Amino acid sequence: MFKGGEKKFTLNDSGSPHVGQHGFLKYPTRLNFYDDAPLFDISIEEFETAAIDRLRILAEIESSAARNRTWEELKTVTNAQCVKYLPLNSNTAKNNDIESERRKDHLGHFILRLAFCRSEDLRRRFIKAETTLFKVRYEGDVFSEREQFLSSRDFNWVPVTKAEKQEHWNELLSSYYGSKIEAERKKAFESEKYYKVKWTRVPDLVEKRRVFLAGGWAFVPGREQSSIIYHEFEVHIEKALEMTARMLPRLDEDTRLMPILDNLSQGFLAGISSEWSNPAGENPDELKAEMIDDLSKKHFPMCMKTLHDNLMRDNHLKHFGRLQYGLFLKVLGLPIEEAIVFWRKSFSRMTDDKFNKEHKYNIRHSYGLEGKRANYPAKSCLQILTPGPSDHGCPYRHYSAENLQSALLSTYSQSGLTSADLPEIMAQVKAGHFHVACTRVFEITHSFRGVKKGEGIGGGESVTHPNQYAARSMELDKPQVEGDAMVIEA
Amino acid sequence: MLTFYRRLYPFKAIFNWLNHEHAPSKLFNQREFAFTLAGDVYLRYQSFNSHDDLKKQVCQLNPTRFEIGPVYSSKPRDKKTARAGGFHPIMRELVFDIDMTDYDPIRTCCSGAGICKRCWAFISAAVHVLDTAIREQFGYEQLLWVYSGRRGIHLWISDKEAMELTDQQRKALVGWLTVIQGGGKESKKLSIRSGMRSLPPSLQSILEHLAVVFSELILADQNCFGDKEGGETLLQLIPDAGVVVALRKLWSDDPSRHSEDRWQDFKAQIRSCDKGSQQRLNLTAAMEDIIIQYTYPRLDAEVSKHRNHLLKAPFCVHPKTGRICVPVNPKTIDDFDPETVPTVGQLLRELDETQVTTEGEQGEGRPAVADWSRTSLKSYVEMLDNHAKEIMGEFRKEKRAAADESW
Repeated sequence: MFKGGEKKFTLNDSGSPHVGQHGFLKYPTRLNFYDDAPLFDISIEEFETAAIDRLRILAEIESSAARNRTWEELKTVTNAQCVKYLPLNSNTAKNNDIESERRKDHLGHFILRLAFCRSEDLRRRFIKAETTLFKVRYEGDVFSEREQFLSSRDFNWVPVTKAEKQEHWNELLSSYYGSKIEAERKKAFESEKYYKVKWTRVPDLVEKRRVFLAGGWAFVPGREQSSIIYHEFEVHIEKALEMTARMLPRLDEDTRLMPILDNLSQGFLAGISSEWSNPAGENPDELKAEMIDDLSKKHFPMCMKTLHDNLMRDNHLKHFGRLQYGLFLKVLGLPIEEAIVFWRKSFSRMTDDKFNKEHKYNIRHSYGLEGKRANYPAKSCLQILTPGPSDHGCPYRHYSAENLQSALLSTYSQSGLTSADLPEIMAQVKAGHFHVACTRVFEITHSFRGVKKGEGIGGGESVTHPNQYAARSMELDKPQVEGDAMVIEA
Repeated sequence: MLTFYRRLYPFKAIFNWLNHEHAPSKLFNQREFAFTLAGDVYLRYQSFNSHDDLKKQVCQLNPTRFEIGPVYSSKPRDKKTARAGGFHPIMRELVFDIDMTDYDPIRTCCSGAGICKRCWAFISAAVHVLDTAIREQFGYEQLLWVYSGRRGIHLWISDKEAMELTDQQRKALVGWLTVIQGGGKESKKLSIRSGMRSLPPSLQSILEHLAVVFSELILADQNCFGDKEGGETLLQLIPDAGVVVALRKLWSDDPSRHSEDRWQDFKAQIRSCDKGSQQRLNLTAAMEDIIIQYTYPRLDAEVSKHRNHLLKAPFCVHPKTGRICVPVNPKTIDDFDPETVPTVGQLLRELDETQVTTEGEQGEGRPAVADWSRTSLKSYVEMLDNHAKEIMGEFRKEKRAAADESW
């Protein structure tokens, strides 16, 4: 019980009197099962970089799954990311920084554990991403080093004796996968080493009938050994996370750490990916699924913002909501692959199966890739105004006066809307001039960009289309970004 | 119904079976019970401290049936007071459900809800296969087979390891056992030979048994390929176009040719191929596939995959047939006739009849023996009792071993 607390102290209090110098851990191998917490002092900056760099990689792995990348693609992408943010070289590499690389890997893992242990959902996703990362590394590992790693741990498997192998010869042979050529397969089989484990430890092999079972023991051939290790890793991390989750509330926390951890877990939820955090790299104009959340806060008109918030809150939208919002995003410039990623992530409570069956088609349809392949335009204000009251109409029209006022305040108070502005907006709404009210909100919330009253969305034009609103808002934002950058440079 | 619960239902035996020891443990009192009341009212998340408690509630509500769910991390009836996210299933017997409906495409005697002694043979074949597979491959011993009251059978596995399986492991186990897939549309529903020519060892070992069942049940009794349609179905399963044409020609003159003869025709075709040739190997494999497709157990996978699935408790009354869900001995499954299973009405009559005689002998006061032992329910309750005793013995052994180790 103390260990968790102690770990925490050593992690955050660089000058803490509680813990002395523990000395550096030795990392004999590249792979790490992360048994022991890092017990050394680090600065808060180091803490943050280690976490964010690892998070980048995990987020990339997650979005790979959402993008339907194959295992090979995923491996390439992940390895590329790893080289960039979290290099981890093998012992043979002529690199004297191996120790600090591994230290960073170790550290990053444990910090993210703290950040992601807090809810069932976060834990599940963290385990999945971490296990994938481990697999990628395991497969890419040098043979001798892998052997060294394997012998460094007790995986609790029983080697199958010669006699046992003889006894089950036929059964084992017929469930042995290998070369298509029968003779080669036989030869490989004869020299194959077998291990015995409880079948519950290799459920994936059992499900695919790739092992031989007798009396609850699975006979695992050496080449499928990795399956045992991956499962072991998964179970290990899962247990550790649950333990950390129980420990977390009891930590005597100073206020420096929690905000960072909060940010980290939110970053994972929103999916910070490397492209977005440094847009200089690729085409900065291209929209990514990860950017939508941020954009919605800054640039979307109220109708779309409401839809977005509902989607984030409920992980779901009704059909017409999906249609309206989906088309809006399309016209905003979200490419189809990103749209699928975005919706997949948003419907986080849905199984992959259900998503692929029920929603993928509709999304592709709205992009004109299925069915009659029409290029559907996004709904204009006029169209949004017409249907009956629901969460996906125009808020200015469909909300009651009180609701509208409180919604306006809660949505736009950060952008400069005050209760003093409300009477004016409400007067327009009462008179039925919903466009005017929306335009006025635009003017107020963009006044810090120099938009004056009566200017509307440029040249006195009022809002008639949600995309117009968003486009103008983003346009206004652009030069400003450059301006900021110049200030920093100067 | 009420009399049945009050006087006949073996609450004590059910308790022992679920609880694994005499003193009530979390295996019983954190267990979910769900009641189906008259008028389709469904009452979930009930839990009880003892079998008397359960009996009291059952007699009070008089449900048409009740189901047994998993052991949760806290008492299901206190679910609302549990910490958010702190209430989840932790243990559960590994359960299987085989239902006659899955056999509808291949049985010819009855369909839908109907069942007769003849179609029971499908179930008994399935029981044989599953029972041996579970015992030999997975090493579980505490198996209880329960007739579902109409046209199916349930299996409850109470081994400690089986109880503790996670959903993922359950899914894997079901995947291992599931051979027949797909809906009614495709004619071929087998997925076993992935990249290999020979059958996986688990199937190889039971093929011999299935071949016997196949010739007796499918060919002789059910006569599955005995008409034009059936013949076509068989032809669709044969991968060799030449053989198909030859057989179709042969059979077109005699549309009512018996299945056994047709099967012999098919075998003759195989024999006419060169020994060791690819064609012959393919056809032999197809023949094995057909045998397995027609006789291998068809599982309702969803029941087994998730711990929180509810399954009707043994000794409940099937609402349509009135028959009791009695335990079945897998060794004598072939002789089991679902139509001889006592119905609730019959039991109550038996009770009334014996009542008269015992009253005469004993006069007033409680009868010395439990009421169920005076009816035809006796042997079934004893079966459950013995099964529970075995589990309890095993449990005690484990407990003692654990205590020894800790020293």
